[in-house]
Amino acid sequence: MYQLLKQIATVGIKTEAPPQADEALRVVSQRLKREILGMFAGSLAIRHVDAGSCNGCELEIHMLNNPYYNIEGLGIKFVASPRHADLLLVTGPVSRNMELALKRTFDAMPAPKLVVAVGDCGCSGGIFGESYASCGRVGNVIAVDVAVPGCPPTPTALLQGILTAISSGRHGGA
Amino acid sequence: MAFDSLPLKLTELPGAVPAWQGLASAADLPDICQAVKNQGGRLAALWGTDEQDREQGYALHLALAKPEGMLWLRAALPAGELQYPDLSSIFYAAGRMQRAARDLLGIDADAADRRPWLRHAAWPDTEYPLRRNVAAATVFEKCTDDYRFVSVIGDGVHEIPVGPVHAGTIEPGHFRFSIVGEKVLRLEERLGYTHKGVDKRFRGMPFTEGAKLAGRISGDSTVAYAWAYCMALESIAAVAPPARALWLRALLLERERIANHLGDLGSLGNDGGLAFGLAQFTRLKEDVLRLNHRLFGHRYLMDRIVPGGVACDLDRSALDAIERECDALELEVRLLRDIYDDHSGLQDRFLTCGRLTPNTASKLGVIGLAGRASSQAWDLRAQAQPAPYNLLDTHMKTHKNGDVAARVILRFDEIFESLRLIRAVIERIAPGEIAAPLLSVAADKSGLGWVEGWRGESVVALESGADGRIRSCHAHDPSWQNWPALAFAVFNNIVPDFPLINKSFNLSYSGCDL
Ligand code: SF4
Repeated sequence: MYQLLKQIATVGIKTEAPPQADEALRVVSQRLKREILGMFAGSLAIRHVDAGSCNGCELEIHMLNNPYYNIEGLGIKFVASPRHADLLLVTGPVSRNMELALKRTFDAMPAPKLVVAVGDCGCSGGIFGESYASCGRVGNVIAVDVAVPGCPPTPTALLQGILTAISSGRHGGA
Repeated sequence: MAFDSLPLKLTELPGAVPAWQGLASAADLPDICQAVKNQGGRLAALWGTDEQDREQGYALHLALAKPEGMLWLRAALPAGELQYPDLSSIFYAAGRMQRAARDLLGIDADAADRRPWLRHAAWPDTEYPLRRNVAAATVFEKCTDDYRFVSVIGDGVHEIPVGPVHAGTIEPGHFRFSIVGEKVLRLEERLGYTHKGVDKRFRGMPFTEGAKLAGRISGDSTVAYAWAYCMALESIAAVAPPARALWLRALLLERERIANHLGDLGSLGNDGGLAFGLAQFTRLKEDVLRLNHRLFGHRYLMDRIVPGGVACDLDRSALDAIERECDALELEVRLLRDIYDDHSGLQDRFLTCGRLTPNTASKLGVIGLAGRASSQAWDLRAQAQPAPYNLLDTHMKTHKNGDVAARVILRFDEIFESLRLIRAVIERIAPGEIAAPLLSVAADKSGLGWVEGWRGESVVALESGADGRIRSCHAHDPSWQNWPALAFAVFNNIVPDFPLINKSFNLSYSGCDL
């Protein structure tokens, strides 16, 4: 226990003092916090759906939770059910085997709802394109508010995309 | 030679790993497989191709592995013939691969379980998308998905269906638990949700583009797959990457291993109730990713391995930065390991949880990290040793307990070993070229790539077509072998321990849904 507490004390708080201060991230984070405070009463609930990604985009979404980005500190929470989500974060080209599950997840969200398509795959189908197995971009299956390119997009780009979506006003929904 | 004793005429495939190719008739496959198994070998991959453009029928391909090398066996089915003998009674892992080959190509093993695997509702069971007469742009009419799960009947038994969309940020798949009280009697996995048609997509792709697609089969193993693909292509082109490129590849692969192990150790701490672990380990992982970005231009090292070599070089100051990072990581991870070891709450969750016995692991043919945690001594870096591992003397880490704790210990041990390997690479790397040109790639040749990624081995079997394009390419993820093991590991455990056990395996969906 002593070691554990010592480790916490020596490592300190990384969120405010990252080794290489990332100006873009700081600006995005502050705006994001303001928007979330204003519009979502301080709490934005995100549901993530992997609609067929290579798992690369998921790695960066995970990284949003690390102490450097500390997404929960901004009032953003990844939730287990679409039924209490404000925003749907979709990765991957939509595989035909996930098409129905994605639509159902979208439908299960209460309106108004926002959709952010993540990664080159989510934006355009990426290297997988459209085929017997892939519907291509997320926009081919559900209405998308913001698409974040990158393969995979960095955590900062993801935060930026989420910010753009929520500051563009609430979506009318299905 | 590793496969000498088989009654086959074998040709050696040039390249970085000891590999041979041979032809067999489908009827002889069970005997050959049994012989390989008796000699301690195993099934590494099974897939099919359509050879009708060569005025032949379909072909079934097997990759059989021994510690010393790999045999790529091709069985041409006579034109019009779709049946071949079931191999799943010899190699357990063959079952799902046979089902996948049927879904894509229509070739059928005479097996007991003939339910679809990759086919859900996107195409009817009368259509086979990997056949050459199916145009790449074809989209089939949706049909109904009437998959039959095995049901467990008994007093008080009930089912919990989970997925394909899971509660966390993870890949999609369906788990069907049959439970009594909170004890798991049976877990049935149904995957294939992220099937993107990768084999079909590879066909006709320019070789350079193929390297990018290979690097996106499973994003967390992009280095392993890109290397395996390039290894296969370099074998066909009879080009050896320059020494510096090989050292850099090993450095990238070990960095990928460290990054993934760090992430997993964090999540395992978190799932075990110690959020401190997640914060600490993801912080370390982020440091590694940031250094990746600074030195290599990509946080996950995508597209850094290219046909003929690597796409990025490091100067002295970059190598120094990596060495400093190794020193820092070594200290921090040792400290965190002590904290994990001493944390009774965490150890209580880890020990004896999700146990996969060495005996079961061996019967299922489990490989990679999960295999080594259950005494399955397979590590390509220490065995067949593709260059530059032949100069590195990798120490294979194993454990015999096969529980979550063993898989955690293995991750710690492998991080330290990777740090040692990276230091050894930095010591030996000499100035030189970082890529060799691939001048001409002959058509109708085969090449194998085989790389020990962080999860286990990635295998790529590549055939060249005309004008610098791929004739066929099949990539195989170790998760094929290991997914069935998860179902055995959760047996008799309680449902709430499933996330922890699942994470301790951390298998790929995309890698085997393809
Ligand atoms: S955008 Fe890139 S990282 Fe994301 S799913 Fe597609 S290939 Fe993978």
